[in-house]
Amino acid sequence: MNREAYEAVIGLEVHTHLLTRSKLFCGCSTTFGAEPNANVCPICMGMPGVLPVFNRRVAELAIRTGLAAHCTIAPYSIFDRKSYFYPDLPKGYQISQYETPICKGGYIDLPANGDSEPRRIRLTRIHIEEDAGKNIHGESASLVDFNRSGVPLIEIVSEPDLRSAEDAGAYLRQLRAILRYVDASDGKMEEGSFRCDCNVSVRKRGAKEYGVRTEIKNLNSFRFVEDAIEYEIGRQIEIVESGGKVPQETLLWDSARKETRPMRSKEYANDYRYFPEPDLPPLVIPPAMVEQVRASMPELPADRRARYVREGLTEYEAGVLTADREVADYFEGVLPGLKNRKSAANWVMTEVLRVAHDSGKALGDAVPPASEVGALLRMIEEQKISLNAAKTAFAAMVKSGKGAESTIAERGLAQVSDERAIAAACDQVLAAEPAKVAEYRAGRDKLFGFFVGAVMKAMGGKANPKVINETLRKKLAG
Amino acid sequence: MPSELHKLTIAEASAKLRKREVSALELTRDCLERIAASEPKLNAFITVCEKEAVEQARQADARLAAGDAPALCGIPLGIKDIYATKGVRTTCASRILENFVPPFDATVIERLRAEGAVFVGKTNMDEFAMGSSTENSAFGPTLNPHDTERVAGGSSGGSAAAVAAHECLGALGTDTGGSIREPASFCGVVGLKPTYSRVSRYGVVAYASSLDQVGPFAKSVRDAAIILRTLAGKDPRDSTCSARAVPDYERALAGDAKGLRIGVPKEFFVEGMQPEVEKAVRAALKSYESIGASTVEISLPHTGYAIAAYYLVATAEASANLARYDGIRFGLRASAEDNIALNEITRAEGFGAEVKRRIMLGTFALSAGYYDAYYLKGQKVRTLIRNDFERAFEKCDLIVTPVAPTTAFKLGEKMNDPLTMYLSDIFTISVNLAGLPGMSIPCGYDSNHLPIGMQLIAPPFAEETILRAGDAFERTGAFKSR
Amino acid sequence: MAETKITLEQVRHVALLARLRLSNDEEESLRSDMDEMLAYVDKLNELDTKDVAPTTQVGEAGMPMREDEVTNQPAADAMLANAPSRDRNYFKVPKIIE
Repeated sequence: MNREAYEAVIGLEVHTHLLTRSKLFCGCSTTFGAEPNANVCPICMGMPGVLPVFNRRVAELAIRTGLAAHCTIAPYSIFDRKSYFYPDLPKGYQISQYETPICKGGYIDLPANGDSEPRRIRLTRIHIEEDAGKNIHGESASLVDFNRSGVPLIEIVSEPDLRSAEDAGAYLRQLRAILRYVDASDGKMEEGSFRCDCNVSVRKRGAKEYGVRTEIKNLNSFRFVEDAIEYEIGRQIEIVESGGKVPQETLLWDSARKETRPMRSKEYANDYRYFPEPDLPPLVIPPAMVEQVRASMPELPADRRARYVREGLTEYEAGVLTADREVADYFEGVLPGLKNRKSAANWVMTEVLRVAHDSGKALGDAVPPASEVGALLRMIEEQKISLNAAKTAFAAMVKSGKGAESTIAERGLAQVSDERAIAAACDQVLAAEPAKVAEYRAGRDKLFGFFVGAVMKAMGGKANPKVINETLRKKLAG
Repeated sequence: MPSELHKLTIAEASAKLRKREVSALELTRDCLERIAASEPKLNAFITVCEKEAVEQARQADARLAAGDAPALCGIPLGIKDIYATKGVRTTCASRILENFVPPFDATVIERLRAEGAVFVGKTNMDEFAMGSSTENSAFGPTLNPHDTERVAGGSSGGSAAAVAAHECLGALGTDTGGSIREPASFCGVVGLKPTYSRVSRYGVVAYASSLDQVGPFAKSVRDAAIILRTLAGKDPRDSTCSARAVPDYERALAGDAKGLRIGVPKEFFVEGMQPEVEKAVRAALKSYESIGASTVEISLPHTGYAIAAYYLVATAEASANLARYDGIRFGLRASAEDNIALNEITRAEGFGAEVKRRIMLGTFALSAGYYDAYYLKGQKVRTLIRNDFERAFEKCDLIVTPVAPTTAFKLGEKMNDPLTMYLSDIFTISVNLAGLPGMSIPCGYDSNHLPIGMQLIAPPFAEETILRAGDAFERTGAFKSR
Repeated sequence: MAETKITLEQVRHVALLARLRLSNDEEESLRSDMDEMLAYVDKLNELDTKDVAPTTQVGEAGMPMREDEVTNQPAADAMLANAPSRDRNYFKVPKIIE
């Protein structure tokens, strides 16, 4: 297969739950993991006679997302009914937006990464719609839970600007970061609150027309997205190279067999018969509301990144710290009272993130509170502890959940900087090794390290190395 | 001596109840007896709520005794079986909901309960409100109290007949293309369809969402005003419901027809109408002139296109509104091996022929390739019809027309050809497309003693004009409906 | 002879979209009814609506919004009370094949 001769063209449609307390059209809770059919009411169950009532917060969060992605916010948009039959769709139609989405256009910038250039991925639109319930498949029957029915979603549609599986992964990570930054979504793919459908086609490099597009649905991890796209590109190229035509299909990713396969059900070969939702008047967004949302928005990742660089970090450091809002917030929680921003950044990037990653838990659950790490770093700056002692203390704090001061005290990790005590220890060591002292004074500079080590040992490892150094130099100089 | 309490109007009964001349329990029991005697002939009720009604009447008596007496307290009403009534089955006259018991009340039901009204039962209707004769009910047709070989009209035939037969003092219906006004006309009672969005639709099983409206049947215009006053007003659970203040509709009746400009649309007096119907309406117009109103000929040029537009728009909305009946969460369920079959067979067994017809037509009108030619076209013609009325109301305050081309037709007469049945909606349908208020009020009888109704149409939210004009006509005594 | 407005094939397709299982007789009778209705609604083509905006709602403009608050309490039994087929607190349906 001559892969290089072909170009992949990929567009992604991401559906994400918005962080609201209640559902889009009714007052049921959106909490994940409730008992089946606990968070349902006649409205989200589609009982006869019910009517939808719009949740204001959904508009606010959709607008926030649109602003963060540089979209145009539509001052006027309507809802439409999208009709199809499926057991988890109670009304037999989904209330969505068809011709008039709340946000149009926009883009997401993918930062430079290693050898790849920064890229701008254009968006087509963002619109609001309600989610369906969930089906659980048993041996001989399926079970339907409507807790998720009516939860608000936004669908974010990209232009087909992505060119590889890596692109797709980078785009999804950036999009998720943005959503988490503006508190529109928690982006938890495992909980189903961030789902991705991929449109994939291939064409000969340089060709103007698009090839036949397949759609891979319901991918619920970044890994699956990348694997599925990678596989599908290969599959399509093989077909085209051998003179065949790629059938236009809707596919699923079989992660066990590592291949895409067509969806069996007829449900998706559908005529959705969109028409304007008669039960909802138009959604009017006055400019004042957009400005209000803009003013209340948290700082965006790109802005935060730029600020960190202005404040003295490198692009790389700023990039790592702002990749996830939680990490950036944590970093800023560590900073107060510290003089050395770089070492704080370094500590978070190495010690903190390592522990968090290894634990597999969320940052908040895996590591001590930012204020405690800040206290620890302050002690280093004030030379109350050595760097090594701090690392030991940190590991202990992760396990015990105790604070910095108490950990240092309990384990006696405080550094001794008392010059007299150190001077006394130096005298002791030098007096015990007259031969070596003579050799050093004769020119064997390497022995300095030996003396430092001996003094440190004599002080039980707790002396301030800087003071040891200074004191020894003075004394050895005679 | 047999009691005649069931023959009272709401206004009369309310006065007697407040003076404690009669108790709510007596009144309700009387209506229940009347129901027991009449139902074998009429079939106006799908479910008679004897126990619940008696309990409601007792509670009403307690309130009346304490001096807390809203106008509808203790008043027995019939409720079209399209309104969700908590704990009481709500069938929409369909097999598919035969045993559906809603866990909630419609907003208007809540409002009536809060006033202490008594619900004697759920009345018969055309299945899912689709029909003009109540012959499309899965529970048998409702017969016209004036002649039991004839239809009561539809789709709110049960409510109309129940009031006409004094089985209750008032009733709720719904009107999407004429379903309150036409049976009111056929049964000789007052039937009011308010402005679209005047009354909450929450809990009213949807047929066509942009056309459906809640309204009362009553024995007098005053009674209709009393009921409307309780029903109307903003409801946070219905996003299309108007927030406009609700006037005291009963107070609006203190007035007359002097200076009222009545528009008479030439397109509404057509060939094929029963001559006696035209005669009665024209006589009514003369009565109006004698009490100080003036008439002016107007034109509603797109009248002839209303039925076509309606049967595209209404059926399209209905096809989506009825998609929820899939055998999964409530209602009938057929046995089937897979989900497609489950839906298909459940709906085949649960829906009657007229409902299937409209679902098919509506689905087609929205389908790929046909949307523009059918659904969209229908909505555009709707704009033209709305504009017709807007222009007409520059010349007049009220429009008066017949309600139906004929009086009540015989059972089975129009069941052979759906289009023939649809054409009988010709005078009422454009009012729904334009969202205007319209009322049917009795204005005569034909030679078979079948009632003839006239329709009063007003601009949006001008129910007061309609009620005042209707009441003024009643007071002329030109026609006594009781 | 007037042109046919709808074929049996189309009726079958619409019935699938609408999830209605029709007998052969019903298919033919619906085809004939729809044919008649579609011929009747053809009269709308007498009207030039090129520059006419469609009316999708006749109420007053502007969508009311509600505050983002949880106002419903769990009530699984009440919501499942009408379930034709139930398995604990789930609605049961034939196995869904994807």
